[in-house]
Amino acid sequence: MVSPTSEQLLTYADGALILSHRLSEWMSNAPTMEEDIALGNIALDLLGQARGLLQHLGNEDELAYFREPQEFRNPLLCELPNGDYAHAMIRQLFADAWFAEVWPQLAADGTVDIDVRGVAEKAVKENAYHWRHSSAWVVRLGDGTDESHRRTQDALDAIWPYRGEVASDQWYARVEPVLAQATLTTPGRDAWIQRGSADGWHTEHLGYLLAEMQSLARAHPGATW
Amino acid sequence: MVTSARSAATAWELLADVPDPEIPVLSVVDLGIVRAVEESEDGHAIAVTLTPTYSGCPATEVIARDVRAALEAAYDEVEVRTQLSPAWTTDWMSDAAREKLLGFGIAPPVGRVTLPLVDVGTPAACPRCGSGDVEQLAGFGSTPCKALWRCRACREPFDYFKQH
Repeated sequence: MVSPTSEQLLTYADGALILSHRLSEWMSNAPTMEEDIALGNIALDLLGQARGLLQHLGNEDELAYFREPQEFRNPLLCELPNGDYAHAMIRQLFADAWFAEVWPQLAADGTVDIDVRGVAEKAVKENAYHWRHSSAWVVRLGDGTDESHRRTQDALDAIWPYRGEVASDQWYARVEPVLAQATLTTPGRDAWIQRGSADGWHTEHLGYLLAEMQSLARAHPGATW
Repeated sequence: MVTSARSAATAWELLADVPDPEIPVLSVVDLGIVRAVEESEDGHAIAVTLTPTYSGCPATEVIARDVRAALEAAYDEVEVRTQLSPAWTTDWMSDAAREKLLGFGIAPPVGRVTLPLVDVGTPAACPRCGSGDVEQLAGFGSTPCKALWRCRACREPFDYFKQH
């Protein structure tokens, strides 16, 4: 096995960090209180995973709060705006399936730093709970009412182009059965893929997200609780 | 200031009085997050190794602070180390800890953790009335370690400490 590069670890860290921030935007806005709590928990897990990797890669605050959008390596998927709950759950399903491949690989990789392995060993189990949540919701929404089906199909069509930066054969094997059970139709594995994050090219949404996430640290550098 | 030579047993006793800030019925020892205690030969310094429960658990930093404070009462030098691997698991919680959880109204984790974590366990019984007729309300709860369940017999909701 080839040891992951710092660039790859940064991709995982940024993916977890940016998705965590997106989920935190749902707080007090989720459809039910249980979902508010679920997304808060998932966001917290992702934030912890991101911190673990960023601490290994350098100064976590500098990396999180003082980089420009072009320096972030998160897959475009993770920065997509929340939209409705169908969008949030399709995005989450795609990301959870990605991490379901990432964490076991890191946890089993004897060549990576012991602390990185520790983050991954922990994340493997956290991810299992995330996946249960997102896959159950995608099935419930897709195979639900006419309106929930339409909205979830719309979400799938909108987000499908962003799968390419995280998708592998294993990813498709994980995601496709859930979408089929949800009575949703994918545009197909050969459909257009939007890339860019590996070279620092992001959607227009990341800048706005960072503006909010970074504003406090930039206004008050070095501030602590 | 205690000046006589102390044993690691003393440190473990002190740690047994440090509660989890979110589930105060459990000590950090009950939780299984204290992985090692090393005392210097002269008994003046102590190093404790902690393993966090969850990646983003907000209690982690409070626990490290509380552990330090408890040990500083008896040692001149206290070092609190963090060890991430092997990752914490509910398998490290003692039977006594599980009993305490039950007494506190939280259903303890059932069974041993096997990876991949597909079956996340079902509480053995309602911690209030003891009925086994229980159902999950939500997979996530008020802290990272818990899920929200309900008893169909007494209709009371209760927390389940998830397998992890």
